[in-house]
Amino acid sequence: MKKIIAPLFAALLGVAATATAADIIGTVTYQGTPPAERSITPILNDPNCAATYNGVAPTTHFYVVGANGGLGDVVVSLQGVTGSTGASAAPVVLDQKGCLYVPGIVVVQTGQKLVVKNSDPVLHNVHLNPTVQENEAANEASINAAQMPGGADLTYSFVKPEKFLKFQCDVHPWMFAWVTIVDSPYYALTGADGKFVIKNVPPGTYTIEAAHRKAGASTQQVVVKDTDVTVNFTFEAK
Amino acid sequence: MNKNCPTNYNPRMHYFALLTAVFTFLLLGLGGLVTSHEAGMSVPDWPNTYGYNMFLFPIGKWVGGVFYEHTHRLLASVVGLLTVVEAIWFGVSESRRWMRQLGVVAVVLVIAQGVLGGLRVCWHMDELGIFHGTTAQIFFILVCALALCTSRWWWALTAAGKWTGVPASLRWLVLATTVLIFGQLILGATMRHQHAGLAISDFPLAHGKLWPDTSTAAVASYNADRVELISENPITAAQIIMQMIHRLMALAILLAVAACAAQAWRQLGGRDGLTRLATGWLLLILVQVGLGIATILTNKAADIATLHVMVGALSLVTGALWCVISFRRSAGSTDLAPDNAISAGLKNHLALAGNK
Repeated sequence: MKKIIAPLFAALLGVAATATAADIIGTVTYQGTPPAERSITPILNDPNCAATYNGVAPTTHFYVVGANGGLGDVVVSLQGVTGSTGASAAPVVLDQKGCLYVPGIVVVQTGQKLVVKNSDPVLHNVHLNPTVQENEAANEASINAAQMPGGADLTYSFVKPEKFLKFQCDVHPWMFAWVTIVDSPYYALTGADGKFVIKNVPPGTYTIEAAHRKAGASTQQVVVKDTDVTVNFTFEAK
Repeated sequence: MNKNCPTNYNPRMHYFALLTAVFTFLLLGLGGLVTSHEAGMSVPDWPNTYGYNMFLFPIGKWVGGVFYEHTHRLLASVVGLLTVVEAIWFGVSESRRWMRQLGVVAVVLVIAQGVLGGLRVCWHMDELGIFHGTTAQIFFILVCALALCTSRWWWALTAAGKWTGVPASLRWLVLATTVLIFGQLILGATMRHQHAGLAISDFPLAHGKLWPDTSTAAVASYNADRVELISENPITAAQIIMQMIHRLMALAILLAVAACAAQAWRQLGGRDGLTRLATGWLLLILVQVGLGIATILTNKAADIATLHVMVGALSLVTGALWCVISFRRSAGSTDLAPDNAISAGLKNHLALAGNK
């Protein structure tokens, strides 16, 4: 009897914890006029790249601001929280299409695989620039790797949190992707409308951070109980 | 003796040395294009190229940044070969021991330069690019000096035995100015290898002021407002200060070279070859200042920035060769064998300095 009571009690506690977990929802907005985006005209100089664009070069997307002022590409995450589920999470995929990284901003957990594909008909080199020494050491063999058209995917994994780790292609110097590594499953990336949802956060008091690559970072304290809590952030033009 | 046809002059050797110097200059420009196009790491392996033997890499794959980096490596191989042939030629045919020695030094330097470039790629160390760029300037000075010292003009001057000395004050002024230019080139190389684009994007002001605000908040606002296509590293306060020092040094160099030219006119006269060279030097510096301003105003357009590197190299070499000629002219007795002329000149100079 005692042999089943303890595990049953633990399971009930786990269910209870999940039942009392709540979501943190919110919106990140941008006030003011962001800098004008620029046309990536050099992309048209490479015929392999230009073929995708019919003579009209794509633009940068440094500030994705929606009609209601929502700011996209903001990484919202709980600070100082560990418990990464990265090892069992599905890989995050970064592709190279039309000589651009797609998507341009991604978030992965520590231990989670990041798979880089080359869907272009032209060679690229995948060049990482970790600022955290442990992440550089963990990917030393592929810090700057060739990737031929149709070539094998490249796989990366990171061991420490890091913000906006730069991936670049030196063959096509306008190509960048920014990978933020977090140490827990409690994060979200805002869409073009600026909205985010961090799901199933256990009760407690947390520091929540919203970080945009150009606009900067902002933190707030948030208390999570048994119902969803709303946290909003505002960035202003400097 | 027919001073118009010195017996030791070897025209083929001279033209080969000149060819090596010209190819080195082109290589320097191509290296500048590599950095200006942020292509230094576009070929992840060395000495192979994307797994191919470097000399067998298919032309169809010379795309984007690979074109600049790969052609740079190929031209570097040509310059390396020319340098080795030159050194062997000197070893076989040069009567002057110091020239034979300098030929060997050139080979050692070009090999070191190749290794530096390769290690930059293999070790993923951008900082090595700064040493690679600096060594390139030193090598360029050396091959130009070798071309000078194999020239008919140099041999004729030696054979004629008619040397007009150059006042020590003027020689040392030019030497100090040349060293200042070398420092400026090192600073420029350091700035270029930050991969952060222009730390200050306006001129003549700097972020709208005579001296830019480098506070944390100000730098954050500069970075927030930047929309760079390449060179995506954020700018820092240190980089802003570096550019300000670069601007101030440019002004100092302009004034120093102007002073050299003025002193040459005053002390050597307008018809002296070194005066004409100093005047040409001043014109070169004016062009260089213009290119520096254009680099800022065009947001570091690759061709403009590369021209700025190349004219910087020419400015350095001009000063260096001016020094070589002036110190040679101020050497002591000219009836010594050429091998001893340089060391005699230095001894004479030291003796004169001791007598002051």
